[in-house]
Amino acid sequence: MSDDQMVTIEVDGRKLEAKAGELLIEVTDAAGINIPRFCYHKKLSVSANCRMCLVEVSKVPKPIPACATTVNNGMQVFTRSPLALAAQKGTMEFLLINHPLDCPICDQGGECELQDVAVGYGSDVSRFVEGKRVIPERNIGPLIATDFTRCIHCTRCVRFGAEIAGIRELGATGRGEHMEIGTYVEKSIDSELSGNIIDVCPVGSLTSKPARYQARAWELVQREAVAPHDSVGSNLHIHLRRNQVMRVHPKDNESVNECWISDRDRFSYLGLYSEDRVTRPLIKTEGQWKECDWQEALDFAAQGMKKARGGDGDQIGALVSPTATLEEMYLTRKLMGGLGSRNVDSRLRQGDFRGEESAPWLGQSIADLDNLNGVLLIGSNVRKEQPIFAHRLRKAAMEGAWVGFVTPFELDMNYRAEQLVSSPAGMISDLAAVAKALGLSGSLVDDAEVSDVHQRVAEKLKTAEKTTVLLGNLAVAHMDYSLLRHLGALIADATDSVLGFLPEAANSVGARLVGVAGGDGLDSLAMLNSPRKGYLLLGVEPDWDFWNPSLARQSLSEAEFVVALSAYRSASLEENADVILPVAGFTESSGTYVNAEGIWQSFNGSVKPMGEARPAWKVLRVLGNLLDVADFEYNSSSQVLEEARDSSTIQPGGNSSTPGELNVRTPAAGLVRAGDVPLYASDALVRRSNPLQKTNDAISAAVHVNPQVAKDGGFSAGDQVMVKQGNTGATMALVIDEAIPDGCARIPAALSGTGELGGQFGEVTLEKA
Amino acid sequence: MKALRDYVKSLFLLELMKGLGLTGRYLFKKKFTVQYPEEKAPISSRFRGVHALRRYPNGEERCIACKLCEATCPALAITIEAEPRDDGSRRTTRYDIDLFKCIFCGYCQEACPVDAIVETRIYEYSFENRQEAVLTKEKLLAIGDKCEAQLAADISAQADYR
Repeated sequence: MSDDQMVTIEVDGRKLEAKAGELLIEVTDAAGINIPRFCYHKKLSVSANCRMCLVEVSKVPKPIPACATTVNNGMQVFTRSPLALAAQKGTMEFLLINHPLDCPICDQGGECELQDVAVGYGSDVSRFVEGKRVIPERNIGPLIATDFTRCIHCTRCVRFGAEIAGIRELGATGRGEHMEIGTYVEKSIDSELSGNIIDVCPVGSLTSKPARYQARAWELVQREAVAPHDSVGSNLHIHLRRNQVMRVHPKDNESVNECWISDRDRFSYLGLYSEDRVTRPLIKTEGQWKECDWQEALDFAAQGMKKARGGDGDQIGALVSPTATLEEMYLTRKLMGGLGSRNVDSRLRQGDFRGEESAPWLGQSIADLDNLNGVLLIGSNVRKEQPIFAHRLRKAAMEGAWVGFVTPFELDMNYRAEQLVSSPAGMISDLAAVAKALGLSGSLVDDAEVSDVHQRVAEKLKTAEKTTVLLGNLAVAHMDYSLLRHLGALIADATDSVLGFLPEAANSVGARLVGVAGGDGLDSLAMLNSPRKGYLLLGVEPDWDFWNPSLARQSLSEAEFVVALSAYRSASLEENADVILPVAGFTESSGTYVNAEGIWQSFNGSVKPMGEARPAWKVLRVLGNLLDVADFEYNSSSQVLEEARDSSTIQPGGNSSTPGELNVRTPAAGLVRAGDVPLYASDALVRRSNPLQKTNDAISAAVHVNPQVAKDGGFSAGDQVMVKQGNTGATMALVIDEAIPDGCARIPAALSGTGELGGQFGEVTLEKA
Repeated sequence: MKALRDYVKSLFLLELMKGLGLTGRYLFKKKFTVQYPEEKAPISSRFRGVHALRRYPNGEERCIACKLCEATCPALAITIEAEPRDDGSRRTTRYDIDLFKCIFCGYCQEACPVDAIVETRIYEYSFENRQEAVLTKEKLLAIGDKCEAQLAADISAQADYR
């Protein structure tokens, strides 16, 4: 029987068409016939252990589970027959035997699948008089609260860990009455997708720790939003109460995030209520910050910008966070254009601007990632950069796809992948060697030494059917990014692969569409290398958001005038800005993000901005009016969006890369820094989310080197070392890590303590502090 | 004929005499007027007066912040905020009842799974400013502490009917 053959079944007297081989519960779900269930989940494997979905099927003597039964032609199913109902009621009674009657203090109360089904199938009084099973509380980290006394052993969380997160962190031990869910060893759950087990748990065993006991399901109002952190653009449901975000849940979107979201998207909202939110405009006079009203601050900002500009628009520039909305980016560019400046850039973490590239698309649809047969990722710690893409790639890998990485340090993988680990300079020669193995030639390629590994990579990419070459955040931050991109493009071309990018932030692609990135003005590094007299900062924190924070701080402090539009005040911002205009944060403003695939996703503001903060597009609009910029009358963000859409000429499509000069800048000898941005340091909001900062993924500033490098320098683990990078330096702890290759020191960026250093890639020396 | 009878009735004020007769009878009967405030009328154990939050005998507050009272309140008079207490238990950090909104329907005590919010027999209360109309958690607990004996007795008297 082929898979697409249609069969007809009858459920409760209703004739239904179904594909042969489909599960009965899938067919009834699609037809809107309700069968109670706990262990079945559409994205997880079938385990059929809760027995709640028992139904009667003709010619079968006993009731059978709908979630583990495939449909057959002519099958007659009765979901409400006396036999089925008796079976369901019996199952319910057994499930409730050990389930505590603590619904009033359970956070799941009101949205609990067990509660709902018990109302339909449970009896009013329990016949069970013996003692109930109690399981002591287990601490599995700062994100998830557990209460396994409530567990009904559906094993959804266990299957989620094994099948989706790729980490067998949770498991069931014991049998029958003594079965318990727990971590195998007493430890926390460290998956970057761990929050999803809160959603899959049908009862209150796993609930959100940060939102614990704070709100009831019926008090919450649901609004839609788009995740502001990575370029996946996950669809979210924001749950609010009294103008406050209480929690964030995924919104199903099969083509983007399926029904999952990363922990970063789920728990970052807590950063909104950080103590250093700016709620009133601030201006600096004679080195002192003082609060003032909007009129004064806006006039001050406009006067300052005018003065800094003088007669030459080129003297000012705008540095825009790539998490800003499309509307904000467009207005920033237009505002700067009105002042005669083309210097606008959002590629704050790019280490090399030689050559030209197309917009950094994924090059294919997000769903296409599932079906790839071969993937080469260049400089991408995708699991910690775009967790949902990593999940998609893992799905492909589980289906047999070959996945390879060219990376400056060994990555922690949750599936089998080939890793070419070498120092930053070695990354270039590795790629060149792969290109040479493919029979290419050229100025970089010719000198490469091809080994078996390179041959194998070339072979895999050439022979696999659907392949792609993807460049990640580490590649973009590489001081020879243009070379990596060029070699990646050559390899993609020679192997008939799609060249794609895994853009860093929610709106990296959008920035390109409205000319904020890749325009004809100065790029972010040039703007800082040849300091401007005036800067406009949008959502940027000098210490943490730049490729080279030392340079950024120096150029900003030398500038005559710096206007910062920011939701938060940080020390480095207060030091360098002259006026801070408080702007709305995540969920507080309407806007649009363009994700990696090129989908424009607009969203509305869900809550009122905190204090006197205003959406950044409104602030920019008024600034535009005060600076007499023409055509700056907007009444809504959708007007801005319309104009931006009309002005944008770039359409999603294939990627291209034009190389610039092909000389290698990365030093071949010595110790070279590889500065990745840790998962929970990526933007201002995440950095302020306390629960995320307590997870094991929130690392602190340190130098990671391999044992040999440590031995050569005479260091031991935990030593405080002085890291010198050019004329900058900082002291931090030394970590000995086998994952780091020779000639490389992994020093993560965007952490407190790394703001004193230079670029994310570059030569460093270590000294005893 | 009817006209004649009406004439006689009105001439001799018969209707008036009848009415005064009734009044006169009550003049000598036993009085049931209550001399409020010196005297007070008896109150049912189901009486719904001003609210209180109760405690367990060991002093622990009963309320577990399930918010069912807040959800059931038809006048939206109850406002609750909750978070984990230091010992990890679920407790309210704010429990306000706005007596201007409250209609004393008793649904809150009906909904309460732990008999924490109850309505007392107190019906004499007045405010001198608007803020006092909001009963805070502290005030409610204080009322509960004052009336606990009566409340416990009333609840046990009603136990069979709930």
